[in-house]
Amino acid sequence: MKPAWLLTPAIATILIFMALPIAITTVYSVLTPAQYGGVIWEPSPEAYIRLLFERDIFDDSLTFNTDYLQILGRSVVQAGIATILCLIIGLPTAWFIATRPAGQKSLWLMLVTVPYWVNLLVRTIALLLILRDEGPINGVLQSIGLTDDPLPLAYNNFAIGLGLVSSFLPFMILPLYAAIERFDFSLLEAAYDLHANRRKAFFAVVLPILRPGLIAGGLLVFIPGIGSYLAPDILGGGKTLMLGNLIGMQFQGSRNWPFGAALATILMAVTLVALFIIARRAAREEA
Amino acid sequence: MARVYGKGAAAHHALDHIDLTIKANEFFTLLGPSGCGKTTLLRLIGGFDQPTSGQIAIFGRDVAGLPPEGRPVNTVFQHYALFPHLTVAQNIGFALRMLGRPRAESAATVARMVALVGLEGMESRRPDQLSGGQKQRVALARALAPGPKILLLDEPLSALDAKLRMRMRSELKALQRETGISFVFVTHDQDEALAMSDRIAVMQGGRIQQLGRPEEIYEAPANRFVADFIGGANLIPARIGANGAEAVGLGVIPASGAVGDAVTLAIRPERLGLVADAMRHPGDLGPLRVAERIYMGNELSFRLDGAEVPLHVTLPRGGVRGAQDFAPGDAVCIRPEPGAVRVLSS
Repeated sequence: MKPAWLLTPAIATILIFMALPIAITTVYSVLTPAQYGGVIWEPSPEAYIRLLFERDIFDDSLTFNTDYLQILGRSVVQAGIATILCLIIGLPTAWFIATRPAGQKSLWLMLVTVPYWVNLLVRTIALLLILRDEGPINGVLQSIGLTDDPLPLAYNNFAIGLGLVSSFLPFMILPLYAAIERFDFSLLEAAYDLHANRRKAFFAVVLPILRPGLIAGGLLVFIPGIGSYLAPDILGGGKTLMLGNLIGMQFQGSRNWPFGAALATILMAVTLVALFIIARRAAREEA
Repeated sequence: MARVYGKGAAAHHALDHIDLTIKANEFFTLLGPSGCGKTTLLRLIGGFDQPTSGQIAIFGRDVAGLPPEGRPVNTVFQHYALFPHLTVAQNIGFALRMLGRPRAESAATVARMVALVGLEGMESRRPDQLSGGQKQRVALARALAPGPKILLLDEPLSALDAKLRMRMRSELKALQRETGISFVFVTHDQDEALAMSDRIAVMQGGRIQQLGRPEEIYEAPANRFVADFIGGANLIPARIGANGAEAVGLGVIPASGAVGDAVTLAIRPERLGLVADAMRHPGDLGPLRVAERIYMGNELSFRLDGAEVPLHVTLPRGGVRGAQDFAPGDAVCIRPEPGAVRVLSS
């Protein structure tokens, strides 16, 4: 039996850095906004009502408004597309690294993480410089005469998607690498031996066995992707909002802390429900 | 047929001039120490590797360039390679699913295979819920389900404990008889090979050293390697003289050959009798001295000094012949059974 006090640091960390912020966020979401930011300690469901309805400034009547739902939906779609792209790029990359000779693996893994030694903001701006009308891509395309006018690469959903993929790709590659590293390649030989061609062997043996890695990588890309702030702000030019920007705005210009907290709480709830469903399904398949 | 890895002087001849015909409905064993080429040969038959030169035909059809999935051959892997995410039944039915067999037919085949290997009631278990012996059976059933013309077995018993290994030997043999397909069995365990095989190919250095029935291999080893690897033998250097082979410390042993030739005499330890030097008969060899007596339960093993190499003799305990016993230091002679001495060219 371990002495209970040895658990104190772990419990304190969880309480201070995880439970407390979540509690503050949740509580703030049901309070009344103060005029210049902050909150008045007066319970109000207004923040959650605002998510779905627009309150008329004159007669206080509510009309259904999907603006915020659209932003939520767009965030889910953008993050979803980024997750799928990361998967398509990440799986072959992870496979390649995991099948290198033992001495080379760490070198390749380091190369994957090198860009992350640079601050995310700097990287995002660098991507913007590459994509913008005067950037090198459009410069080359125009100088060789492929296009007359610059292609609109920056300030749109495409740029945001590219930003998300480049931000979160290693979070897909690393868990997949770990899963492939553990993969017993004699199973692949067994599949070929049992009359599976390459495609069938991949879908019937490789993918199901790599599933835990796929799920881990998918969550690690999707969850920060939904709430991402920098990519839509810089690469989207602030034109197409994602949930992260909307939340940020509530704490800055709009000074509506409860609404920002409510958005954050909903994002968290959606994520938790999704996680719960995935965990339940995984547990059921284990049994 | 040959398989060479690398090129030029550094080339490693994993298989060298292998010419082999495996018969239908035969339990055929490739026997040899690790690195002898037996697994390489198995992988060539299975299609996991391609020969550098030569050809492989399965029932008259050249399978060059055919990938593993296209060959009428299935494999029981050394560590089974069961699919961990599939149940026993799904593992056994895997090949049928890949071949696109109708569902009902597959289910019937799987049920038949489950019964064949005695795994009824285990169908919905996963590999990690099975014992070693059960995994072994799943691997067998899985490889047999698609109805291969040849079953390849890569040291399938090596991961089992001794007792289970003994039982699986008879089961494998019975399974081969029952299914009537050729088994090609790879092992480094000579007891396994002798107990199960119709024919054995003893391999060493990428070449087949001897090919024959277990009795032939054991009783009439073709060379020093086979004599030593199978069952262990006393290998005694000798030279052909006027009256037979002359060996230091032993005397003259009847043997034919050109006078002056250096030969090796191979004698199995269990085909030698021991007599006290005082009771010596003509034809007994010696005198030698007992250097060590080892008690091994059902038999006694003696190490004898006095010849050019130490000699080993094992005597059964109990029974008519079991009355004999000697102590270290005793002067003894060895008495080979008739036909026990094999003369091999050195």
